[in-house]
Amino acid sequence: MSEFALQLLYTFDGTLRLATPLILCAMAGIFSERSGVIDISLEGKLLTGAFVAAAVAHTSGSPWLGVLAAIAASVTMAMIHGFACITHRGNQVVSGLAINILASGLTVTIGIAFFKQGGQTPLLGKAERFGPNEWWFVDLFNHVPILGTIYRELISGHNVLVYLALLAVPLTAFILYKTRFGLRLRAVGEVPAAVDSAGVSVTWLRYRALILAGVFCGVAGAYLSTGQGAGFVREMSAGKGYIALAAVIFGNWRPVPALLACFLFGFLESASSRLEGVPLPLIGEVPTQLMLALPYIMTVLLLAGFIGKASPPRAIGEPYIK
Amino acid sequence: MSAVTPPLPRWADVFLLPLINLLVALSICGVIILIIGENPWTALVVMLKGAFVFPGSLGYTLYYTTNFIFTGLAVAVAFHAMMFNIGGEGQAYVGGLGAGLIGVWLAPSLPLLIALPLAVLMAGLFGAIWGIIPGYLQAKRGSHIVITTIMFNFIAASLMVWLLAGPLMELGQMSPRTPSIAESSELVKMKSILAFFGVETARSPLNLSFVIALIVSFGVWVLIWKTKFGYEIRTVGQNAEAAHYAGINVSKIVIWTLAISGGLAGLMSINEVLGVQHRVILNFTAGYGFTGIAVALMGRNHPVGIFFASLLFGALYQGGAELDFEFKSITREMVLLIQGMIILFSGALAYMFNPPLARLLAKFIKPKENADV
Repeated sequence: MSEFALQLLYTFDGTLRLATPLILCAMAGIFSERSGVIDISLEGKLLTGAFVAAAVAHTSGSPWLGVLAAIAASVTMAMIHGFACITHRGNQVVSGLAINILASGLTVTIGIAFFKQGGQTPLLGKAERFGPNEWWFVDLFNHVPILGTIYRELISGHNVLVYLALLAVPLTAFILYKTRFGLRLRAVGEVPAAVDSAGVSVTWLRYRALILAGVFCGVAGAYLSTGQGAGFVREMSAGKGYIALAAVIFGNWRPVPALLACFLFGFLESASSRLEGVPLPLIGEVPTQLMLALPYIMTVLLLAGFIGKASPPRAIGEPYIK
Repeated sequence: MSAVTPPLPRWADVFLLPLINLLVALSICGVIILIIGENPWTALVVMLKGAFVFPGSLGYTLYYTTNFIFTGLAVAVAFHAMMFNIGGEGQAYVGGLGAGLIGVWLAPSLPLLIALPLAVLMAGLFGAIWGIIPGYLQAKRGSHIVITTIMFNFIAASLMVWLLAGPLMELGQMSPRTPSIAESSELVKMKSILAFFGVETARSPLNLSFVIALIVSFGVWVLIWKTKFGYEIRTVGQNAEAAHYAGINVSKIVIWTLAISGGLAGLMSINEVLGVQHRVILNFTAGYGFTGIAVALMGRNHPVGIFFASLLFGALYQGGAELDFEFKSITREMVLLIQGMIILFSGALAYMFNPPLARLLAKFIKPKENADV
């Protein structure tokens, strides 16, 4: 393989790893927003999940217990969001913002109290985190030109959460489009009154949507601290929840297009670190900051209708009053 | 609602409810401190001392207060038009660029009487530009203001990193920051002003921007409640459709409200750039823009309320810093927790305590309307 192709392959490999938390959070966002609840608290749930996963994985020695605890913590955050904006019909944006700020404060405060390392968790050992999974026949395929290298570098060798994230997309699509629950969930985000008059509880549907959002964000958080990283670092979500939200919008609140948006945003991040200081043909050196800001810029342009058209769920942001 | 809730008396809405929200937020944090294994009462005393008692502490508290007045007013003005400007952080950051450009590169060749006002004006103007774009996109292109302003925060952060570590970076420096501003564009310290009048005070970063913040607060009060434009803003906020039928140009109001809101957030940067750091540094906004949301919610979008809410948050920030010195296991991040709780209780859960409180008060106070019936 030529040097360029190999570089490209590594960039794609990085894309997959960087897109994983975005994909999980985007699916979370789709569940919540399709049910009519704005979810800017993806960021806070992600951060909470990351902290709890690392803390529990370190204390118990099991990364899987870490994931479960992260899910529990993230769902708890989602339930606070639900309590405020479903039960008490509060402003969904304000509530989401509160969750994000609470998560920032809580993770560091509890982290310092527990581990006394300035808000970090201790570095996780090999057994306490998710290591890479070698797939079958890597050695056998290694001799096959091109495909063998792609198989070894891109498809095999990730940790289990990466594959889970990829599975989350068909799962989300299945729940949304092929189950009765999914049908009702989509309906409640469009015309909640119709769902209500059919005798289905709007409140309980939205709560279930938020629980699902919490589950996915919890896994995403666990990936950050026990899959991609080896421990929790303060503010480690670093805006990924917001990028995922951008991907949801970019994907027009649909699972597969959102997945593609996550890949695109992951690719930009992956490429920006490889292209730092490297002049490109025709355009010259591209500032990394510009590449990192592109997801946000593109989302603004999309929302403004300059590239394509965003069509959010109709009842989004409106508390349902019987 | 099952039972008809009596209306909450105004004094309860303005004083009692925020107080209850604050107490609940503080109590939950107290419980968390207990769980951590420290004494919440001692923590509170340390914070109060750190905010008001130690020499210079009041100056620091008021210095933080200044930031929150600006960002709180920014959120409040937009709230009056029912616009949620979550982008104060980015608007303040870009505002700092405006102040810095004048201060560093133009002020050396200008006299003080022109340099300083120009730098302050540019801080507001740059912030306004960063606010007017989302405002325009909301009004004319139907973009959701919340999402756009969130995205603009990140775009501002990227832009500023690029500028501060690139074209605008001080030569021979490793940290991303601009050269220092000319003396003619510095905002004078309150200590010097007070010393001029013969009052000796301890050293603190408090500077003239505090006074500017108070003047601007008064200006906002006049704008919102005493001008036609302010009336139109509130009308659009109450009912955009009715405003439209009454002949108000809703898009125009939305765009200009966001410009003013962004400008107010931009002015926050004068405290940091012209008053304290004397240069533009990385992340000088430090979350003050987001705190503005808590301030506006608590201050009920009124300049007087915003002043007291800013004072509260100023005290929390300064007192919170004191926690770092006094305790091993609680730090200033505790303040973020309090802030989150306050946004939750006085924002998202604003109506949780309202009906029970109204019913409770109705039992004790006979409303006048009842006497008439």
